[in-house]
Parts: sequence; C-alpha cells; structure tokens
Amino acid sequence: MSIQHATEVADTHDAHEGHAHDDGAHGHGLTDMGYVKVALVLALLTALEVALTYVDVGSLFMPLLLLLMVVKFVTVVSFFMHLRFDNKIFSWLFYTGLFLAVGVYLAALCTFQFFAGN
Amino acid sequence: MAISERNPVPALAGSASAYVTPSTSFGVFKRPVQSTGWRSWVFTVDHKKLGIMYGVVAMIFFIIGGVEALLIRLQLAAPNNRVLSAGAYNQMFTMHATTMVFLFVMPMAAAFANYLVPLQIGARDVAFPRLNAFGFWCFLFGGIFLNTSWFLGGAADSGWFAYAPNTALAFSPSHGVDFWALGLQITGIASLTGAINLIVTVLNMRAPGMSLMKMPIFTWMVLVVQFLLLFAIPVITVALFLLTFQRSFGAAFFSVEKGADPLLWQHLFWIFGHPEVYILVLPSFGIVSEVLPVFSKKPLFGYKFVVFSGAAIGFLGWGVWAHHMFASGLGPVSVAVFSVATMAIALPTGVKIVNWTMTLWGGKLRFTTAMLFAVGLIVEFTIGGLSGVTHAVAPSDTQQTDTYYIVAHFHYVLFGGAVFGLFAGFYYWWPKIFAKMLNERLGKWNFWLMVVGMNLTFGPMHILGLQGQPRRMQVWTAFRAGDGFFNLAFWNRVASVGSFVLAIGVLMFLINVVYTHRTAGVAPADPWDARSLEWMTSNPPAEHNFDAIPTVHELDEFFHRKYEENEATGEIHQVSTYEEIMADEATRADKHIHLPSPSYWPIILALGLPLIAYGLIFARLLAVFGGVIILLAMFGWSMEPSVADESDYDPPVDGGPTKELATLG
Amino acid sequence: MADVAVHTPPADGHGDHSQGHTTSTGLSNNKLAMWMFLGSECLLFGGLISTYMLYRGRHEGSPTPSQLYNIPLTSVSSFVLLMSSLTMVLAVSAAQRRDDRNTMTWLTVTALLGATFVGAQVFEFTEFVREGLGFTTNLFGSSFFTLTGFHGVHVTVGIIMLMALVGMVSRSRIPGDKAEVVEMIGLYWHFVDIVWIIIFTLVYLIPS
Repeated sequence: MSIQHATEVADTHDAHEGHAHDDGAHGHGLTDMGYVKVALVLALLTALEVALTYVDVGSLFMPLLLLLMVVKFVTVVSFFMHLRFDNKIFSWLFYTGLFLAVGVYLAALCTFQFFAGN
Repeated sequence: MAISERNPVPALAGSASAYVTPSTSFGVFKRPVQSTGWRSWVFTVDHKKLGIMYGVVAMIFFIIGGVEALLIRLQLAAPNNRVLSAGAYNQMFTMHATTMVFLFVMPMAAAFANYLVPLQIGARDVAFPRLNAFGFWCFLFGGIFLNTSWFLGGAADSGWFAYAPNTALAFSPSHGVDFWALGLQITGIASLTGAINLIVTVLNMRAPGMSLMKMPIFTWMVLVVQFLLLFAIPVITVALFLLTFQRSFGAAFFSVEKGADPLLWQHLFWIFGHPEVYILVLPSFGIVSEVLPVFSKKPLFGYKFVVFSGAAIGFLGWGVWAHHMFASGLGPVSVAVFSVATMAIALPTGVKIVNWTMTLWGGKLRFTTAMLFAVGLIVEFTIGGLSGVTHAVAPSDTQQTDTYYIVAHFHYVLFGGAVFGLFAGFYYWWPKIFAKMLNERLGKWNFWLMVVGMNLTFGPMHILGLQGQPRRMQVWTAFRAGDGFFNLAFWNRVASVGSFVLAIGVLMFLINVVYTHRTAGVAPADPWDARSLEWMTSNPPAEHNFDAIPTVHELDEFFHRKYEENEATGEIHQVSTYEEIMADEATRADKHIHLPSPSYWPIILALGLPLIAYGLIFARLLAVFGGVIILLAMFGWSMEPSVADESDYDPPVDGGPTKELATLG
Repeated sequence: MADVAVHTPPADGHGDHSQGHTTSTGLSNNKLAMWMFLGSECLLFGGLISTYMLYRGRHEGSPTPSQLYNIPLTSVSSFVLLMSSLTMVLAVSAAQRRDDRNTMTWLTVTALLGATFVGAQVFEFTEFVREGLGFTTNLFGSSFFTLTGFHGVHVTVGIIMLMALVGMVSRSRIPGDKAEVVEMIGLYWHFVDIVWIIIFTLVYLIPS
C-alpha cells in the first residue's frame, strides 16, 4: 500500500517534469514534498513495527515484521537512493551484492541448523 | 619527455579548475610533477608504471615464497630431519601459502590487469588513477608488514586458512596471527579498491564501438575476477576483524570453551576462500585465451562460450564453499548439496578446456615459450581439475582431507594453472611492456625445467597423500615410511628433488630477464602478429597510450585491420601492416590529451594503514598517529583536483598538449 | 616519449572522449564506484549480522537480550536516523538546484540527527555495560557490540564526511561536480540507514 502511494507521487512528478531527462544523471527523483511524503510513510511503518511488539498477533508476528523491514528497505533504496529513477546498472550492482549476501549467509546459517540437529 | 603536463585552458578543463587552484588546495607544497627519477615512480598514477611496480614487487614475493617452499621440501627430504623446528615449520608453510596466494598470484594478476586492461579497451588510464596508486601502496605496505612478523616474534603459524582454535592465543601465542590478520586486511583494501576501479574502467572507459562482446577475452576474465573480489573481500574482512577482536580485545568469537562455534570461521573463510580460488586462476585463463589464438593463427574457438563459462564459474564459485568442510560434520544434507554444486562447476571449466583445444585444432601452431606455457597450462590444469573432481565426491574427499593428495591437487591447479598462465603472459607481453624480446632459448629451458620440476614435485604428492601422509606434517621417520613401491621415503625425496628442479626453472626466468635487458635490441612493435588493441600502440606504449582513441568495429580489432578474409575462398590475406595502421591513427591524433597529474596522497594515505596495524599490536599511540595521517591524507585527497596547477611545474614549459583524465578519483 | 606527434587536430570528435563526463555507459564513474562499494558492504554487514544471529542466544553470565533492550529508546533513535535520510535527500535535492544555502542547512541537520543517533547508541552501550553486558562477557555481547559498533562507526564516518562537505561547500573547495559529491555521500548515508532498518528488526524487535 505504501509503495503504491509513493508510486503515485513519482508518477505525478514524472508527468510534471517528463522532459527533464536530458540532464543525464540529475533531475530524476521526487519533488521535496514527495520526499516528505515518503518519509511520513516510513515513519508510519516504523510506528507499526514498534506497535507489533506490544500487540499479540500470534504466528503472524515474524512474517509481518520481516515484511515491514523489507518494505522500508526497498522504499529507502528506491526513492531516497533514486534506484527507481536511475540506470538499471546501479540496481543490478547493488542487488547482486544484496542477494549474494542473503544467499550465502542464509545457507551458512542453515548448515549450522543441520549441524545442531544431528 | 616531450609531452609536459600543463594546466588546460578553463574551457577544456571541464569543472576541474572552476574554483580551486591546486597549489592552494594542497597547502604549501607543489604537486610532484617530475617525469623522471624516483619521484616519477613513487608519486605516479600512471596505470602502466603501477602495473610494472605491481609485477616487480609480486616477483620479489614469489622468490620469498619460493625459498619458503624449498625450506619445507628440504625439511621433508630425509627422515628425522632438523632443517626446521616444528615451530619454524608451521610458520614456513603458513607464510608460503599466504605469500604465494596474497602477495604473488593476486598482485601479479593485478599487474597484468593494471597494465593491459586500459590498453585492451582503448583507454588512456583507469577510471580512478589515484585510487589505483593507493591500491598498489596498500599491497606493498601490507606485504612488507606481513613479512616483518618474521623479525618481531615470529610469523603466523596456523596454516593459511587459520582454523580456530589454532589461531587462539593459547595455541599461537606469538604476534604472528595478529600480523597475518592485519596484513591481509591491508592487502584486502588494495584488492577492493582495485576491483571497483577496474570494473568502472571496463564498464565506462571502453573505446567507441567496443561493446562488451567485442572486448578482448583477458579483459573479460579480469572483469569477472574483479566482481568476485568485490563481493568476496568483505567476507574475509569480517572474519579477520572477528579474529583481531578475539586476539586483541578479548572477544570470544571462535573460543569453543566459551560456547563459540569453530565452524563460523570455516564458513566465513571459505565463503571468501572459494571465490578466491577463481580469483587466482581466471586471470591466467584470460592470458592463455589471448596467447593460444595468436600462436595458432586462429580466432579463439567459441569466444562467447569462453566468456559465459568464465562468468558461470564466477557465479557458481559462490555456491560451493562448503566442499572445503566435508570432514567437519556439516550434516548429510549440506554435504550432498555442496557436493552436487561442486561437480556442476566442472562443466564450465571443461567448456574452457574444450575451447582451448579446439582453438589449437587445425591452427598454424608456433611453439614459442609463451605458447608452451599456455599448452602446459591446459595439460597440468586438467590433471589438477580431475583430481579436483575426486574431492567433489564427498566420501572420497573425507579420505583425502588434510592429506598430501589435497596439496597435490591445488598445486596442479594453482602452479600448473595460475602460475603457468602468468609465465605465458610474461613471455607474450614482455616485448609490449619493455620493448625487448625475452630470449626464446632460455625460455625453453625455463619452461621445460618448470614442467619437469612441477610434475616431479607435485606428482608424487598424490601417492604420498593416498598413502596417508598428512598435510603439514613436519617430520617423517624411516620406521613409519613403509616399504614397497609406495613408500613415503622415496616419494618424499623425489618431491624434494623436483622442487629444486622447479626452482632452477624459475631461476632461468630471472636469468633470462637480466640477459635480455643486457643484450637484446629493441623488439619489433608487433612481434607475434597479435590480435588485440594493446598492440596497436607505440613500443612501449606512450604515457597517454593512444595518440587517437581507436574506433572499434570487431572483436580482435587489430587483427581485422591487418587482415581480410576473401569471401569466396575463405582465405585470409594481409591488407595492412602495423606501421600503416599506426600512421593512419596518427593522422587523427588528439590535440588535447588529458592525463591525471601525479599525487603525494595515495602513498601517504597507504602509509597510515601499517602504522595503525603496528600500533594495534605494539603501542596504541602509534595507531592514533596512523589514524591522524589517514584523516589528513583523505582531506588532502578529496580537495586535490586531478590536474596540477601550472605554477607547480618548475620551470614552466611552453607549448605542448594538455593532459587530464578524470575530475575525481 | 619524444616521438609522439599530438599536435594535429582531431579529425572526428574523438577528442572529447577522454574527458571525464563522456563514458561508455553514460553513467558517472563516481556513482558507479559508490554503488559497487555499497554492494560490497552488503556482504560485510551480512557477515556481522549472521555472526550475531548465530550467537544471540549464547548469553551466559549476562542479562538476556529482551531484558537489556530498551525498545522505546531504540525506536526513537531509529526514527531519528530514518528522518536523517529525509534531510539528506533534501540536501541532495537542494544541491541539484545549485542552492548552496539550503544544501548546507540540510547537510548540517543531517549531521546533527546522525550525532543524536550515535549519542543514543553511546548511552545504550554504557547502560548495557552497567547492567552486566560487556564486550567480552559472552558471545552475545561480543557479537552485539561488534555489529552495532561497526554500524556506529559507519554513522560516525558519515557525520565526519557531512561536516567536511559543509565546510567545503561553504568555501567552494570541491573539485568537480558539487551536486554529485553531495549525492554520493547521500548514497552512503542512506545505506547506513537501511542497514539500521535491518538491524532494528532482526536485533531489537525479534526476541531471541
């Protein structure tokens, strides 16, 4: 939901200043007001995260927290760090590192589980 | 030097000199703009000079590592030998491996990459010339720092993969492991900055027309290696930090008695360590893939397959690290998964072997020394690769773990693979770099002594290992050597004799270098009838590499400018010579050539790192001093424009073209 | 190298090629390098986080994580760091408009928010030590302080860069493209923020 909201912000901006692309790397991104809105969404998500630790949601607790974490992460990377508006190569470089990290370390932690299980 | 570096007129300088005058931003000193003498080397940012420096220093470490290896073989040459004490022996094999991996093969590959990649892609320098210089000084200072441990209480003695608890204070009370951890941290900075620099260079600084799939294969393999470094170095950084924190600040990361899991180190080390294997060998694959087509007079068979198999090796290399840990009790599921993944990696490697063989097939082969080393690599690496497949099978690996069989395997792939490739590169590119042809007669001696030596040394280790001789065993006794054909005494002696044959082979190379530079005349500019852009330069290349940046139309651009294929008959005939091509390029030479100016900051910044490291070991105050140097150097660096002010030149030179490359870096 | 004749004018516009801003991909060298560095940093923090995840339950001889963690305090400091990302992006935006005054203002605010975060972290660390969890107490302590300490050092380095940047902008002493320098430091700063987003959830909110 938050992503959708922010996307609208981006879209209206793009429609507004669609011709700013010839400026190379610059000129992409949201308006200052758009950034404030994204920050508000992020603040809301953080509040939600903290609230989750005080409310009992049962088995949904972990998945919800992880989901919120990922949403916040992607929001900052996409909007504040401009990956959404920037060249794909940047995304490719960064996410390669990220997924490699998640992959190898999760696998390593899993082998500890098997080890402990034996 | 006819070309003097001058501050360009503002219109050409881009944004570099909009606000700042270099002399003021620097402080009181002038930029080190000398083009001759020691300053031209110490403060240089030229990728070619840095490449040569990488090569020279790596060669010195190769000799140091080789002497360490000879001492090890001397100790094992006879029963109950006392050449080295048990403690010294432990230090010797640890430092032999560390030196060869981190201070020889990696920086020697960096030497080739630094020197050749900008030339191969038609660029005038790397993307970040100062960062390049910084990387070299980090490597040099890190290497010196590591080796000073010999004189400051003893070197690291825990094996090159430094398993816990061997690295714990109780089992390794000297400062050796501290030196090891901090030294590798410093050389790691060199690798990381080098990786970022070279990737940006390859992505961003290619000559017009050179798409990724028209890049020379060596550049491709370097690119894959830099990605491996980019993502593997931080993993060892974490491991080394944890180790340093444990030894210097009392943390308990690997202390089993405090509930730690010693496998954590093994995982972190091998998540780095397995990509590292490909970091060592892929540059040599690239070199061989350049050498074979030239001396077969054929294009590389299946260029795309070689590229993609290289990338596939790089990618799969991340999923197989636990095959180094089959004997550590990972559990059956993990072992099965990693075993299958490891077998899969043999496929892209096999693809490469097939491609090389098919390149040779039906070619007009010229067996120069470079070619011999390249063919030698195919043969020896295949042997090592086959024994490698036997490790992928977990049950047999459990037998082989920590025996000499493993030692045999990785010396076949690293010596027969990585080192042979580097030697092929020496002979192939020597005339390009130094404008002298290495002597072919001595080269043949060099090659055959090395081939015979390496097979004599490492071949018997298969037998020793299967007979149960443990790796890192300091002494063997006649009583336990056994008898019959497979007795340990005989094969240990053979291996020791072989190691000295090998050493003489390497000595031949050094003799060749001295002999060549004493006697040989200027080499022809295109002695091998080569194919790629680095040969389309003057001999040796000018400081700015290319008078005009070439426009690329084909893979093997230089070859395609020299030769054309007759459409009807398929015959290849020469249409142009090196001289004609160069003359043609000269007609459109650039008037304003922009090269970065030399800088004090890279070496000063790098100097701060060993100070911090010594400080952490001996006196914390020194570390603070080092930190201050680093901080100041960073400020100096970030405020320094890439081009020196006119007033920095003494005396100012009139006329001449302007040089500048990057605005930052 | 006296044999080089470079005085003839270029026949076709290749003379431009060697200048910093025309690259094969059309992208800035500096930004590419920064993104690669951040990709590489993912594996650094990944290793530290994994170490913590492995060892967080091994807290023999100290209070447990859930006894120690002060969720309200950490929530506030997390919020502060999150908002510093907003001020950072506003600084970048101002720099791209060549608005030096607002650039410096927002950079200063970002540095102050970052300093608040580091201050809260220092307070948290001293509290933990007082309650019986030191760096060497147990594996939980070692891995907790290493992970959050590494992050704190990254924030501190970021603050130093921000302050240096303010100084250099105010004296116009940045060689090269000013907006790009601000953007690069911004990327680093946001990265430090997203690492904290992960640490906040994995370390603080999910109990061991």
